[in-house]
Amino acid sequence: MLGKSKRLLVLPLHAIVAAGLPIAAWATEWPLNMTEGVTSVSREIHGLHMQIFWWCVAIGVVVFGVMFYTMFAHRKSRGVKPAHFHENITLELIWTIVPILILVIMAVPATKTLVRIYDTGDADLDILVTGYQWKWKYEYLDDKGENVSFFSVLNTPRAQIENTEEKSQNYLLEVDEPLYIPTGKKVRFLVTAADVIHSWWVPDLAVKRDAIPGYIHEAWTKVEEPGVFRGQCTELCGKDHGFMPVVVHAVDEAEFNKWMEGKRAKAREIADAAKQTLTFQELYAQGEAVYTKNCAACHLPDGKGVAGAFPAIAGSPIATGPVRAHINRVVHGGVGMPPFGEQLTPVELAAVVTFQRNAFGNNMGDQIQPIDVVNFKQGQ
Amino acid sequence: MAHGPAHGLSRWFYTTNHKDIGSMYLWFSFAMFFLGGIFALVIRAELFEPGLQIVEPNFFNQMTTMHGLVMVFGAVMPAFVGLANWMVPMMIGAPDMALPRMNNLSFWILPFAFAMLASTLFMEGGAPNFGWTFYAPLSTTYAPPSVTFFIFAIHIMGASSIMGSINIIATILNMRAPGMTLMKMPLFVWTWLITAYLLIAVMPVLAGVVTMMLMDIHFGTSFFNAAGGGDPVLFQHVFWFFGHPEVYIMILPAFGVVSAIIPTFARKPLFGYSSMVYATASIAILSFMVWAHHMFTVGMPFIGEWVFMIATMAIAVPTGVKVFNWVTTMYKGSMTFETPMLFSIAFVILFTIGGFSGLMLAIAPADFQYHDTYFVVAHFHYVLVPGAIFSITAAVYYWLPKWCGRMYDETLGKTHFWLAFIGLNLTFFPMHFSGLAGMPRRIPDYNPLFANWNMLSSVGAFLFGAAQVLFLYIVIRAIVSGRRATAQVWEGAHGLEWTVPSPAPYHTFTTPPKVD
Repeated sequence: MLGKSKRLLVLPLHAIVAAGLPIAAWATEWPLNMTEGVTSVSREIHGLHMQIFWWCVAIGVVVFGVMFYTMFAHRKSRGVKPAHFHENITLELIWTIVPILILVIMAVPATKTLVRIYDTGDADLDILVTGYQWKWKYEYLDDKGENVSFFSVLNTPRAQIENTEEKSQNYLLEVDEPLYIPTGKKVRFLVTAADVIHSWWVPDLAVKRDAIPGYIHEAWTKVEEPGVFRGQCTELCGKDHGFMPVVVHAVDEAEFNKWMEGKRAKAREIADAAKQTLTFQELYAQGEAVYTKNCAACHLPDGKGVAGAFPAIAGSPIATGPVRAHINRVVHGGVGMPPFGEQLTPVELAAVVTFQRNAFGNNMGDQIQPIDVVNFKQGQ
Repeated sequence: MAHGPAHGLSRWFYTTNHKDIGSMYLWFSFAMFFLGGIFALVIRAELFEPGLQIVEPNFFNQMTTMHGLVMVFGAVMPAFVGLANWMVPMMIGAPDMALPRMNNLSFWILPFAFAMLASTLFMEGGAPNFGWTFYAPLSTTYAPPSVTFFIFAIHIMGASSIMGSINIIATILNMRAPGMTLMKMPLFVWTWLITAYLLIAVMPVLAGVVTMMLMDIHFGTSFFNAAGGGDPVLFQHVFWFFGHPEVYIMILPAFGVVSAIIPTFARKPLFGYSSMVYATASIAILSFMVWAHHMFTVGMPFIGEWVFMIATMAIAVPTGVKVFNWVTTMYKGSMTFETPMLFSIAFVILFTIGGFSGLMLAIAPADFQYHDTYFVVAHFHYVLVPGAIFSITAAVYYWLPKWCGRMYDETLGKTHFWLAFIGLNLTFFPMHFSGLAGMPRRIPDYNPLFANWNMLSSVGAFLFGAAQVLFLYIVIRAIVSGRRATAQVWEGAHGLEWTVPSPAPYHTFTTPPKVD
């Protein structure tokens, strides 16, 4: 049996449950609060957030309460004669000491959580996360040296961004290749960047770490239940800062291992492919796809570039000059352009260089094979 | 021999009169407020709904950058210097500023700095696009060519601020009327004295950090370039060593303004004058020890993270003292609610809300979720717009009758207040929610989850902008055809500035008043 007061508390709860559907709709259209997330750390952080929030509400009620009372009661229009006091040591001591006590009460649990966040030891799996303009690279560090690595790029269609197509639910929060992590395991992220500063954030994991060139910072998570978690880059990193999301798939260990095996097999395939010789048509077609995905954001789909910021490919001295210099620019980057040597396969590099030398009216007529790129990278 | 102002344009170019220079500062800042506001409206128009509609992402970044720079360095800081120029000599019974020629110089270099900064919008490669915090290496290796002009503009603004501060300190310390001891000075003078010291301490740090950028960009050094042995995080430490005191530079004079207005309209002396002075000094000192709370996610060691968390939480104590003092000043007063009082009361309420979110942000673990989201945008706009902007607006309504000898229209003033108040809350309160829901700041496009709050914010922003056009009209109308003001202007006003006629003569206190 519930007491009367408890029943009064439960009643509104029933009402909320009964009205569950509209409230759920409200929450997706007018989201109000921080996510509780899916890890013990994220739940602790949510708890801290709510605790400090209610302290603020309590202080606000007192301070604004007095203020509104006085604005109502002590008006000249009500014929109030002003008092003349302007000091009260007791009062001033109280409102100095009480806030200090509240702060100490808050500092204790905050410190505990901070200690847990910083405890990055004893990880079951290490993943190197590297921020690039404007994509993430994930590399699974393996004891046996057979690392798996890939890039994760936004795959929301351009048409949705330009409003010619309806936006999907995961608009701007979807990628071609998500990050996979196993559930029930402590996963450590080693976070760095290749060009400018980025920040890797997944709200449900409560992990946010700045990715800084020259630094490798640690963060960790342990997800209990499988799920898909989405986040974004949270440090201004240039033009497409708003277009480099993070997607994490947490799956059980068996599925994770299967996925890893698939990735390893694909890596071997890529290494084999680099030894093949492709026809001009094959190179050109694949190069066009690579260009659209990696180059067109800056150099534009028509290869005309943006004056003063991004040079044109059409008629450019590099795309119409010596092959070696062209490969060098694509592999190593330069003058503000990011290096692509790490994020594209030799086949893709050969294809895109071939494409750039023959598209947009460049018509150089030459073609570059994957082996040329491999040789270049090995210092040939 | 008493003499009036020169005639024609040369009056303004050659003037060494604190009132003329104060007016120029205020008009200049008003112009910059509209310029920065237009940038903000471009941002809000683009964010009205998801998708890219109006501007390209790169131009969007230029807008966020220019909005921040123009508002901080062009609107808020010069407005407070203008108020100091007008009011500090009159409040302490001095005939003018201590260094009148330098005063002229410190104003007149500003328009050139901002003309140069604004001109970058028309340069090849566009204006600075790396945020007003200009983190390296985005602002060095990856910056547009216009960054060099940005650096030069920052140098000029810094020189102007330093000269202005030296002038204010020299004036306050040397030119007080006999009997005006330090602890008798109006709080506005006190807060400006402390602010001026902050400026002298940190503007050279800003000059240093932009000079290091200049070296990295043009002379091959690698201060902030990891590939050359430099450190991008060093940039952030140095920047925020300037940046955090800068935040208080924009709010301490506001405390002074509100501490002048609330007692006037409560008809009751300021509660806890000396604790106000000590709280201001404490905040200023603490401001040098909390800079890294802007960097909780850069991967500082645990102990650094913890110390900055505790120091940041400590700021709540002196700030709380101030709020409690203002509320207690009102308590048992005899209040009326003219426009300056409305803006001041809104200041206390909304600044306190900004303080609350600041306290939440101080909790380092929670900051991992808040950092660089719209929650932070909501926080600092709640302290800067109702904080700095509302206090400047309140100050203009409060002292305008003294400056031009005419009253503004009270009904219009109150209309302006309510439009601005509603517009502000409609703009910035929803940002708390979009931030908590996970929307990062400085993005031109977003998931539809955030759409409703963003739409509200955009509507609010245009309302707020319209309210400021009304403000301009009210000020001009008052100057041209307002009702004549008395010397005291407000029934409850006390202080030396109210003992001189309205409008204040071109030269005041050529013989020092007696203060007892």
